[in-house]
Amino acid sequence: MSILVDDDTRVVVQGITGGEGKFHADQMMEYGTNVVAGAVPGKGGQKVHGVPVYDTVHEAVEEENADASVVFVPPAFAADAVFEALDTNLEFVVAITEGIPTQDMAKVNKRLSETDTRLLGPNCPGIITPGEAKLGILPGNIFSDGNVGLVSRSGTLTYQVVDNLTQRGIGQTTAIGIGGDPIIGTSFVDALELFEADEETDAVVMCGEIGGEDEEEAAKFIAENMDTPVAGFIAGRTAPPGKRMGHAGAIVSGSGTGTAESKISALNDAGVPVGDTPEEVADHIESFL
Amino acid sequence: MKLHEYQAKDIFADAGIPVPESRLASSVDEVMDAVEDIGYPAAIKAQVHVGGRGKAGGIKIATSEEEAREAADSILGMDLKGYTVEQVLVEAGVDFKNELYVGVTMDRGEGKPVAMVSTEGGVDIESVAEETPDAIAREHIDPAFGMHPYQARKVCYEAGIPKEVALDVASILTTLYDLYESKDASEIEVNPVMITEDDEVVAADAVMNIDDDALFRQPELAEMEEEAYEDELEKKAGEYGFDYVRLSGNVGIIGNGAGLVMTTLDLVDYYGGKPANFLDIGGGAKAERVTHALDMVFSDENVDAVVFNIFGGITRGDEVAKGINEALEAFDEIPKKVVVRLAGTNAEEGMEILNTDLVEVEKTLEDAVQRAVQNAEEANQ
Repeated sequence: MSILVDDDTRVVVQGITGGEGKFHADQMMEYGTNVVAGAVPGKGGQKVHGVPVYDTVHEAVEEENADASVVFVPPAFAADAVFEALDTNLEFVVAITEGIPTQDMAKVNKRLSETDTRLLGPNCPGIITPGEAKLGILPGNIFSDGNVGLVSRSGTLTYQVVDNLTQRGIGQTTAIGIGGDPIIGTSFVDALELFEADEETDAVVMCGEIGGEDEEEAAKFIAENMDTPVAGFIAGRTAPPGKRMGHAGAIVSGSGTGTAESKISALNDAGVPVGDTPEEVADHIESFL
Repeated sequence: MKLHEYQAKDIFADAGIPVPESRLASSVDEVMDAVEDIGYPAAIKAQVHVGGRGKAGGIKIATSEEEAREAADSILGMDLKGYTVEQVLVEAGVDFKNELYVGVTMDRGEGKPVAMVSTEGGVDIESVAEETPDAIAREHIDPAFGMHPYQARKVCYEAGIPKEVALDVASILTTLYDLYESKDASEIEVNPVMITEDDEVVAADAVMNIDDDALFRQPELAEMEEEAYEDELEKKAGEYGFDYVRLSGNVGIIGNGAGLVMTTLDLVDYYGGKPANFLDIGGGAKAERVTHALDMVFSDENVDAVVFNIFGGITRGDEVAKGINEALEAFDEIPKKVVVRLAGTNAEEGMEILNTDLVEVEKTLEDAVQRAVQNAEEANQ
């Protein structure tokens, strides 16, 4: 079992003829992902890694029965690409692109609320169900299948924590990078809700970071709605206020909202142990299993 | 990216928001010329990217030539929370009876812009929000439609803006929202909007921050950016295209991915050290970027030791290792000890390539950080 993606997921890659899109489409297919089409305006009729490319997402969906999309389109055009995907009523859209203007994402967010599509990202590493499918840029080789769900705002931090788990022989049901931007499609709460409903997931790792109040909301959700045990990690304890720490969303405001302390104490209050190091997070997970 | 008050006010004035007459000056003589034209009282205001300028002595009111000279003398060249004041705005003083707050920002939780209005202007709005949240009226804006004029009126009435000026303030707010949208602002505010005895409204201060990710389509605003760098190293980082934040400690940190670099900083602190910087070399980094990154941390005189932590997804361990070797072989003597930890894609190949005469190698993040903290302590003795 897994959440959101598996080996039946039929994927269209938006931007498959670009450098990133081409490379990662190949990586996804090598991992076993069912990539059925590409969509790039003006490139219809070409093939990339044997996959047919269409001018529009609509054609790709119609001709190849795609039900999910991965967006590797440069930031200036990425919001438009997501709008196009949303217009086809795909079940699932993953936006990898980093650096989409926040006001573009506010408009996407508004449109999203009018559809049944789920958006993951943007500025995220994507999602992987080990042994079945990956939609995004996560390095498949560090994951192994098992019974721990993982949701994180950061890519490389996800890899670090997965590595700590895999070293102990603990595998994953699905790992999701929700992205480090201020406005994102799938939140911690959305992901936790899916893991709670998944019978195979016996424990969940949640890696948050400074900025915003998503972790606090997740803590509230865990306390009220979850039986599956959760262990947490929060990056950015040493970040000074007012400085953007790489991710557009990772910033402690002048008034002190979005601090690591606030998030850690909210999680602790919800009964979620928070590791001081990634190794300690793995300790907590091991103790749950 | 932050704009200076004078830059934001130019934009406001062009859009039709009433602002006091003002001139920019960078020497005492220029200040004196400006006050002669503008008259007294005049406000002399430091143009630096810090909040709370008034309290810190960066804003003075002059009612005579003597006071203007004194103010110019004391403010120009002063150190304001780490920034040297090189320019002041000389502005006509406004005789006011009331100060209001008007602003627009992004509500992350809602994923929508929010307009805010308060009669408690002239003070730090964040402390108003904390102490008396009811004193701020809020209206969420549908980003697909933009702000309807009625929304601006509604939020002004809800905030209790006096009837005589409510429509004028609402008009300022509508214009602010238009600017927020057309200039890709992340935040835009006027604090205070001053109400004069004759019920005129004037934007007496201006804050405008621009979404860094939108600068590609705001070329005029992007041009204003270079002045905003706090120090030489942050400027250099901008040229290299790194996400970099300078801190005050002595352990230099290089890594890939914001979350993992933040975690490395936190671990340095956890093991008793002090991080000197946040430096994210990004995904897929090749040898040249590695060289630039080492150049950055070696250029920071506070750094006593360096930890280099890469977890490769797109980034390949062997590429990084080659870059580290190349960068360090260029030195006759390595300026500071470097601990390297590689994991993920091609990490094993990378570990084999690394020249262990030049760097120390650790297998886990925890070990690498502890060793770097220890190196920094030893270098400091």
